[in-house]
Amino acid sequence: MTQESGATWTVADTKNLTVQGEIKGGVLIANTAGRVDGANAREFQDALETLLKDNANAMILDLENLSYISSAGLRVILLISKQLQGKGAKFGVCSLSSAISEVFQISGFDKIIPTHAAQSDALSAIAR
Amino acid sequence: MTTEDQQPYKILVVDDEPDVEPLVLQRMRRQIRAGKYSFVFAQNGVEALERLRDDSEIDMVLSDINMPQMDGLTLLEQISKLDPELRAVIISAYGDMKNIRTAMNRGAFDFVTKPIDFEDLEVTIERTLANIVQWREALASRDKLVAIQNELDVASEMQQSILPIHFPSGRTYQVFASMDPARSVGGDFFDVVRLDNDRVGLAIADVSGKGVPAALFMMSARTLLKGAAIGHMEPKSVLTEVNNLLQEDNESSMFVTVLYAVYNPETGHLTIANGGHNPPLVIRRDGTSELLTLSSGLALGLMPDFPYEEVVTTLAPGETVVLYTDGVTEAMNSVDEEFGNDRLLGIFAGGAPKDAQQASDAVFEAVRNFADGTPQSDDITCLILSVGEYQQ
Repeated sequence: MTQESGATWTVADTKNLTVQGEIKGGVLIANTAGRVDGANAREFQDALETLLKDNANAMILDLENLSYISSAGLRVILLISKQLQGKGAKFGVCSLSSAISEVFQISGFDKIIPTHAAQSDALSAIAR
Repeated sequence: MTTEDQQPYKILVVDDEPDVEPLVLQRMRRQIRAGKYSFVFAQNGVEALERLRDDSEIDMVLSDINMPQMDGLTLLEQISKLDPELRAVIISAYGDMKNIRTAMNRGAFDFVTKPIDFEDLEVTIERTLANIVQWREALASRDKLVAIQNELDVASEMQQSILPIHFPSGRTYQVFASMDPARSVGGDFFDVVRLDNDRVGLAIADVSGKGVPAALFMMSARTLLKGAAIGHMEPKSVLTEVNNLLQEDNESSMFVTVLYAVYNPETGHLTIANGGHNPPLVIRRDGTSELLTLSSGLALGLMPDFPYEEVVTTLAPGETVVLYTDGVTEAMNSVDEEFGNDRLLGIFAGGAPKDAQQASDAVFEAVRNFADGTPQSDDITCLILSVGEYQQ
C-alpha cells in the first residue's frame, strides 16, 4: 500500500485517541489527537507501528491536538524513536502544547527526542 | 460438538407416558451408540428431582408439562433453584402458547411440541448442549480472570508493603510519606534512607506505565536506589549509578523518574538531584510557596552516563519541602481540568503545618476535594520533610 501525497488515513480512532497518517513532501506525518495514558498506550504504539509498516524512512509525530500524555505514552514515543534510529530513519515530534512540552521538559525527553516548535520546522530538519 | 474423548451428554427425560422411554431409546439409538448422548428417565417432577439430586452428571432436562404429582412447570422452578446451570427443554402440546410462555418465563431454554419430531428434537438438543458448553467455558474464563486479578491484588499489596511506614526523625526535622495507589500495580514508590553523619536520603519515583512489567522495574529500581544511596555521598552520583544499571539490557525501554535528595540536619542543606521528576515544592518561613528551579535531568534507564546535576537549598526551621509525583499535579476533576502547579502552590498559602504527617494529609485532601469523586487514574504519592524543633 503506497499513500498519495496529501491524503490522510486513520490508524486509530477511539473515544480518547485518534492517530492519522499523512504524507507531506514525501515524509510521513502522524497526527495524534486526544490523550495517551496507561490504558491506551498499547493502541498508540500499534497505530504508529501500522503507519511505519509502509513508510519506514522518516516520521514526524505531530502532537498539536494531544491534550495529555502519561509516562506510558512517552515510553511508546521512545520505542518508536529507537525503532527508527535502528533503521537509520529520521524522527521528530512537533507542535507540543505547553502542557505536553512541560512533560517533555520535566522528564528530560526533550534531550533525547528531537522536538520542533512547528511541523514546518520538523520537515525542514528532516530534509537536511 | 466433539464426541471423542468425552463422556456422552446425559439427558434426563421426564414424561408420564410409558411409551416415551422405548421411543426415545429407539429413535436416538445411533446417537446413543456413537456415545453422543445417554438418557435417564423419570415419570414425574418428583422423581425427576430425585434423579437430579442423585446424579450431578445430568447436563440437560427434557420434560413434559402435564404430569401427576409434580408438573413440568413446577419442576422448572425447582430446577433453577437446584442448579442454575442445568438447561431444560419443555415438551408441550401443539399450540399451547400459554404454558410455553410460562415455561420460558421460568427459565426453560427451549421447547418442542407433541407429537415429537425427532429430527427437530435432535437439533434442539444440540443447540441446548452447545449453549451449556459455551456457558461452562465462559465460567471457566471468568474464574481464570478472577484468579489473575487476585494475584495482581497480592502483587499490589506486596509492592505497597515494601514502602516504609516508619520514618526517621530528629530533634530538628520530621519526615512523612504516603502513597494512594491507583487500581493497578506499578507506578510510584518512595524511600527514606538513614545515612551516616545523621544525614537522611529522601527518594520519590514514578515508573513508566502500569502493570506487571512496571512493577518488576519498580522493584529493581527501588533496590538499586537504596544500595546506591548508602554507597555514595553525592545525590548526583546515586542517580548516575542507578541510571547506568537500569539502562543495561533495558530492551523494553522502561524508565523511572526519580528525585533524590539528601538532607543534612546539621547544616540545613538539602542537596537535590533530579532524574526527570517534578520539581519539589518548598514552603518558606514567611508562608510563601515556590517550586524549586532544578535542571530537569533525564528519567533513569534511558541513556548511559547521563550527567546528573545537583542543586542545594538551605532549609530554616519552620520550612517544609514537599516531594510529589505527577499523580498530584495531573489529578483530574469532572470537567477534565488538571490539578496543576498553581493549585499545588496554593495548598499551603499562608504556611504549612509544623507536623509532617499533617502536611501530607493536607496535600491528599486538596487533591481529593479537587477531583471530587473523579476516578483516580494514577498513583498519588507525596513525601514531606518538615524542619523545626520537635520533641523526640
